[in-house]
Amino acid sequence: MFLNTSSQTRLIQRPSPPSRPRSRLGSATERHEWLLFLLLVGPNLGLFFIFTYWPLLYNGYLSFVRWDLLAPVKLWVGLGNYQELFTSPDFGKIITNTISFTIAAVGLTCSLALLLALLLNQPLRGRTVARSIIFSPVMLSGAAIGIVWIYILDPRYGLLDVLIRAVGLRSPNWLLDPHWAMPAVVIVYVWKNLGYAVVIYLAGLQAIPRELYEAALVDGASNWARFRHVTIPGLSPVMFFLVLTTILATFQTFDVIKVMTNGGPVDATTTLIYYLYQEGFVGFNAGRAGVTAVVLFGAMLIFTMVQMRYTQRKVYYS
Amino acid sequence: MVTTGKTPTQENILHSVSMIDKPQIVSHWAGQRTSKRLAIAAYLGMILAVVLIGLPVYWMIIGAFKQAAEVYQVPPTWIPAHPTFGNFTAAWGSAPFGRYYLNTIIITLFGSGFEVLFAVTSAYAFVFLRFPKKEWLFLLLLAALMVPDEVTILPNYLTVAKLGWINTYQGLIVPGASVAYGTFLLRQYYRTLPPDILDAAKVDGAGHLRTLRSIVWPLAQPAIISFAMLSLVGKWNEFLWPLIVTNTQTMRVLPIGIYWLMVEQGAIEWGIVMAGTLFVVLPVVIVFLYAQRYIVAGLAAGAVKG
Repeated sequence: MFLNTSSQTRLIQRPSPPSRPRSRLGSATERHEWLLFLLLVGPNLGLFFIFTYWPLLYNGYLSFVRWDLLAPVKLWVGLGNYQELFTSPDFGKIITNTISFTIAAVGLTCSLALLLALLLNQPLRGRTVARSIIFSPVMLSGAAIGIVWIYILDPRYGLLDVLIRAVGLRSPNWLLDPHWAMPAVVIVYVWKNLGYAVVIYLAGLQAIPRELYEAALVDGASNWARFRHVTIPGLSPVMFFLVLTTILATFQTFDVIKVMTNGGPVDATTTLIYYLYQEGFVGFNAGRAGVTAVVLFGAMLIFTMVQMRYTQRKVYYS
Repeated sequence: MVTTGKTPTQENILHSVSMIDKPQIVSHWAGQRTSKRLAIAAYLGMILAVVLIGLPVYWMIIGAFKQAAEVYQVPPTWIPAHPTFGNFTAAWGSAPFGRYYLNTIIITLFGSGFEVLFAVTSAYAFVFLRFPKKEWLFLLLLAALMVPDEVTILPNYLTVAKLGWINTYQGLIVPGASVAYGTFLLRQYYRTLPPDILDAAKVDGAGHLRTLRSIVWPLAQPAIISFAMLSLVGKWNEFLWPLIVTNTQTMRVLPIGIYWLMVEQGAIEWGIVMAGTLFVVLPVVIVFLYAQRYIVAGLAAGAVKG
């Protein structure tokens, strides 16, 4: 197809009739560009249709059927799966788990990272090394990290117990106590992802025009006033971006939970994404997995839309 | 920070992506009287943060060198009393780590290779080629960012099973090969390339593919490397999809392998398990030491520019 068009282009050029309309040559090279465009974009977009958009629709379909992934027939149950899940106390627990995990992880990550970024934005000696160390857990495999933390959290011989004893307390049995398992997962999440937020905040801080600080200084603004009226407003788009990105990231957190708690004990750390995995690949309940996927996607879509709307207004492309 | 041999222009272009490493420093705490006390507090805060973040990594490393009895010692030792490499040989012997490495390298190289190829070419098409309603197609591509892989695992598992791709490299690689973030990132970058150079290429009679290969590709190196690094690390650490789409030991990747090592060795042989986690983590640490600035630039470009 591609070669065909280029030979066509040559055919049109060769005879050179006296009054050849320019537009025809134009449209021929244009068509050539169209084909090249399809060649370059096609595979990428095509894969998205097969492995992203189609599955999204198929999830919707699965949420209306009862199916064990094996039987040749899928039984249409309409809104039956939705009704079943939305009225079950288990699912309510899972929604609560997801929300508490998200709020705790987002709140801690975004606030601690802001403090750290403000600190590392100062001309401190060794801050480059500090930044690297703080960022490094972001790069490490969640599965490996989860395993290391099981060892650290062990109440009998773990590292954390040593630190907790140092302040005169006793370590809870983090991963086996339903009250402490979620805090443990939150700690690991924050520990692993703090560096990302710090780096983004730092980029935001450096993007604030220096002149604003100088102007404020000339006006005799105090440190706090400069922080309050220059840093915070200048940083607010980045803060907003981070809060939303972290919300979305917590919805997708799977490896740490799978490795550390398997969603337990007694569902204490089963979030929507974990439940989706469990229903689909352990319980073989396609309908429930479908509903969970629809709910999860719906929640993420809302936050993504908010983010896109906001950034579209705020950000100017160079 | 790692210094690499770069030409001044490349350095400038890199800085336009990365605002992190500009030497400009904005100090809010320039007050004379309080500055000394604040500086001490700032150093203490920084040291505390570094220790808290660094300790678990340190613990993983020294755990891998401790002998079996020392791992359970209370209070624990901060430096291995009798450092041993035995855990590494034991870990290597208790699971086919050689095979895990091979599998992980294959899916990482091909997975990232496809992502980079698709990002480089799609972004070129969206910036430099005419196509009716191409902005709409771009939005359609970008919309894929709203659909995380986690949401589509069940239908994709069914598709891959139907294709007979369970426990195959193509099953691991192909569903994640397409790329939206990288296309977005490179499109932004291509638009900042100097138009003069591109016009000159056109005058010289260079076709689009040649312009892409010999002008856009080298000029966009900083952005491409940034994205490639993010992609490599992401593929190396991938967990959920390989967990679902493989069920034989010979097809496991490192993160899945270490998970099973932990399940099998359990809370019995922590030294061996820590050695295994080091197998998983070490290559990424090496890449990180070399390419940290690119990785950070790639992340920051998505946040501060859009």
